[in-house]
Amino acid sequence: MGPLSILYDFPEWLNLLIAFFIGIGFGFALEQAGFSSSRKLAGMFYGYDTTVLKVFFTAAIVALVGSQLLSYLGLLNLDLVFVNNYYIAATLIGGTIMGAGFVMGGFCPGTGISALSIGKIDALFFLIGGLFGAFLFAETYPFIQTIAMGSYRGPVRIDEWMGVSPGIFTLLLIVVAVGLFWLAELAEKKYKRPDITSKL
Amino acid sequence: MNPYIAGVLLGLVLLSAMYISGRGLGASGGLKYTVVAVVGAIDRQHAMESPYYSKYFGEGENPLKSWLPFEVLGMLLGGFISGAISGRLKFRIEKSPNISNKKRLLFAFLGGVFFVYGAQLARGCTSGAALSGMAVLSVAGFVTMIAIFGSAYLFAWFFRKLWI
Repeated sequence: MGPLSILYDFPEWLNLLIAFFIGIGFGFALEQAGFSSSRKLAGMFYGYDTTVLKVFFTAAIVALVGSQLLSYLGLLNLDLVFVNNYYIAATLIGGTIMGAGFVMGGFCPGTGISALSIGKIDALFFLIGGLFGAFLFAETYPFIQTIAMGSYRGPVRIDEWMGVSPGIFTLLLIVVAVGLFWLAELAEKKYKRPDITSKL
Repeated sequence: MNPYIAGVLLGLVLLSAMYISGRGLGASGGLKYTVVAVVGAIDRQHAMESPYYSKYFGEGENPLKSWLPFEVLGMLLGGFISGAISGRLKFRIEKSPNISNKKRLLFAFLGGVFFVYGAQLARGCTSGAALSGMAVLSVAGFVTMIAIFGSAYLFAWFFRKLWI
């Protein structure tokens, strides 16, 4: 029965070792997906390469279906798995700032780390900027605390919010994802840039 | 690698994190802990007086001895292994031929500042809030995903010369 580290009260060294090994898998998967290339990632916003959408939604659905299945089989207690807290204003404003950063820098933090691991110097600058951004946030925290802590809604789940079962929501999400994959393939044809994609 | 297969692989890594550790993946959090540790080492008094840093120094805790910094270290090794297998290890600046190296590096830096600032506010980035959040059906995860991508499309026109 999972989550293992919580139910069996793993010691700290074991938790950190597990974090390291999960990280190896995470970094490996991101790099294999081609996410170590900013021009590939940026393709998502100009239509010539939509790998981001394909990988992102496939991964979310695999983890979602997998965890629902493990829970159904009695192998995973989903009540013990962390559910992100919802702070309406902070999520919307933070997300908007992140989107601007994405299209300026061509990376998100995870893909930046992936790109640094294979020697991309632009990724190093992105991550140094990222460290500075975290520092800036910490120093400006007293001024934005009301936004950061405001409109707190707790760990709200979307299936409960919509009043449907997790299974029905998952099915809906799969239908939406398939529609998006189809659109993505169309976009790659319409906005194709062989001069860029041939070098990725 | 085929993007759908890579997506399955990434999904299985995320599922392992949920099953073993009861949590999702993360990336920006690793950067945050690094900053907290450095500030704590340089100016302990400032860190203890700040409503932000002080949260991470309760009872002699070391912020670097947390899940995320270790996961990020693993990411660097995992990415390196993947790059070595696929023959992609090389020091270089990747950019559009229409812009200078200096411009690329400046905007990479600025992008990092914006992204991680926003991630601290939203309590997670594409990994920890959007992807992991969606996998546990959290409203925050879906809203973060829509906000990040919606905003990136909104700003894409202004920064198009950097990319196309």
